[in-house]
Amino acid sequence: MTVLMTLAACAIGTLLGVLAGLAKVALGPTLRAPLDAATDALRSVPLLVQLTLLYAGLGILGLPLNPFTAGAIGLSLYAAAYIGEIVRGGILAVPITLRKAARGLGLTRRQEYVHVVLPVGLISALPAWIGVLVGVVKDSAIAAVIGYIELLRTAQIIITRTQEPVIVLLAAGVFYFVICYPVSQLGARLEARFKL
Amino acid sequence: MIRVEKVHKSFGTLDVLKGVSIDVDKGEAVVLIGPSGSGKSTLLQCINGLEPIQRGRIEVDGTDVFAPQTDLNVLRRRIGIVFQQYNVFPHLTALGNVTLALRKVLGKGRAEAEAVAMRQLERVGLGDKSHCHPGTLSGGQQQRLAIARALAMEPGYMLLDEITSALDPELVGEVLTVLRDLRADGMTMLIVTHEMDFARDVADRLAFFDDGLIVEAGPPAELFDSPKTERLQLFLRRLTQQRT
Amino acid sequence: MKYDLRFWVVWEAAPDLLRGAQVTLLIAVATMVGGLVLAFPLAIARRRDHGLLRSGAAAWVEAARNTPCLFQIYAFYFGLGAFGIFLDAWAATSLALLFNNAGYTAEILRGGLAAVSPNQMKAARSLGLTERHAYLAVIVPQVLRIVYYPLTNQFIWSLLNSSLGAIVGLTDLSGVAMVYQSSTFRTFEFFLVIGAIYFLMAKGVLGLARVSAWRLFRY
Repeated sequence: MTVLMTLAACAIGTLLGVLAGLAKVALGPTLRAPLDAATDALRSVPLLVQLTLLYAGLGILGLPLNPFTAGAIGLSLYAAAYIGEIVRGGILAVPITLRKAARGLGLTRRQEYVHVVLPVGLISALPAWIGVLVGVVKDSAIAAVIGYIELLRTAQIIITRTQEPVIVLLAAGVFYFVICYPVSQLGARLEARFKL
Repeated sequence: MIRVEKVHKSFGTLDVLKGVSIDVDKGEAVVLIGPSGSGKSTLLQCINGLEPIQRGRIEVDGTDVFAPQTDLNVLRRRIGIVFQQYNVFPHLTALGNVTLALRKVLGKGRAEAEAVAMRQLERVGLGDKSHCHPGTLSGGQQQRLAIARALAMEPGYMLLDEITSALDPELVGEVLTVLRDLRADGMTMLIVTHEMDFARDVADRLAFFDDGLIVEAGPPAELFDSPKTERLQLFLRRLTQQRT
Repeated sequence: MKYDLRFWVVWEAAPDLLRGAQVTLLIAVATMVGGLVLAFPLAIARRRDHGLLRSGAAAWVEAARNTPCLFQIYAFYFGLGAFGIFLDAWAATSLALLFNNAGYTAEILRGGLAAVSPNQMKAARSLGLTERHAYLAVIVPQVLRIVYYPLTNQFIWSLLNSSLGAIVGLTDLSGVAMVYQSSTFRTFEFFLVIGAIYFLMAKGVLGLARVSAWRLFRY
């Protein structure tokens, strides 16, 4: 259940994020402004507040989605904001020397982007992207707060019943750790690999 | 004097110095030349204790550098070293770079330290740049700053480790001029360099390093004009090939 | 839409909300400062090659970074209960954030320390400076410049994450909003407003950091 929501959020968030990042690089200042503002807001407001707002807002509009979907949407947007900035940074960080080399070989502007800028830019953004994904895994716990039964909440319910919080919490903690640690190690290794 | 006796040094499994012996008397200028990786720079960093040695002995003014009771911090006040990558402190002004050790190591007061520092900065031609941060200075200026910083401690010996190798060609001259002036003032120097004209001019003695050993040593005229060993001959031939 | 927005309810709660914001800021500052203090020994311990200190520090840092912040709060709030230690929401959130901040900050410091070339140390020691002096006068000032913005971001992050304390009953900005929304059912209005307040706080911190940086570091 949680796992599905997390995976969905990762996938959708990445998709939206990449599109947003590309848009930020490609668009002119006036069109970029709302995108930048949205990113700014999503990164400067606690996830708890965002999710609560989403849930409440949907309720107002008369579309009470199930917690799974609401959580997935909230996490996706949150992740997309960060991924957008990462993609934008990665693309802008492609050394100008590389691009000049591409044009010097006779590649058109479009070819330069498709074959040089995008691949290099996106790959350099890989480690940071993995970091965001790890964050999504952890933040799925917050998504639980708006009414979704997931691991931690299950743990909470079990706590009040069995009065053995340590074991349950430990299990939950180990679960998260076992997922996050290897992934962040992978990210670190990728980062070392791609250091220019 | 600096006395290096049969020094062996390795980095892990890589042997860099394989039994090097050399002396530098007070007032001498000794220049080390040789191919990259032959161990010259490493030797310099062993002399002031930055790098440990596995075998052998290094003495400065009678003090064994690697004896356990030797206070390296005190020893290093007598030895000035300038590196290839300048290593100036980017967060301090030029003046700050020079006064730091004067105040922290020699315990001088602020006014006295600044006076000494300004003298050295002017000596290397940076008098008007005392309040600049190294980031705004050229490579040659930063290297001259590094020299001033070392000189301010009034060392008995100056170790100069390929200090022009990282500079653009047009900036090399200004640094070499400072070194020549230093030599004229009688400073004892141990220099590692690739600048052969400079070596010929300044050196009292030359030592040719190859693969961790001193292969040939003697007055510069002798080594340049009539090299005895084949390796030195090969090295010199390669140099002249580069020039043409 | 049959719903009509009633923001004046939020306005009436303003004093309590402001008090909540104070709590939020207080916890964020305290845990950041505390986290920084703890992070220094952690970062130094992690730079060693081996030993108990290194493993211990690594365990702390990795645990802090690879488990959810909410989980950490739960661990202090519920988990310690099993050992008979019953912390209130305030203490639990603070300790959890302290633990968390220390871990993340230690990584930032470690990166900063690694970013300063070892040549700087060589040059400093060659001048005769003791290791202690070399660190204080040469290494640390450079590290501070490198880690300044990452630390600022960490502070903003902990400011925002303090909101999780509300889940266990903390009366910070989010907590106050939660209490009010459960009685007035004006969830949307309340959370929109506190969302804006958080936003302003975050931007305020960033602005302050920029101004301070300009004055502290002149190069």
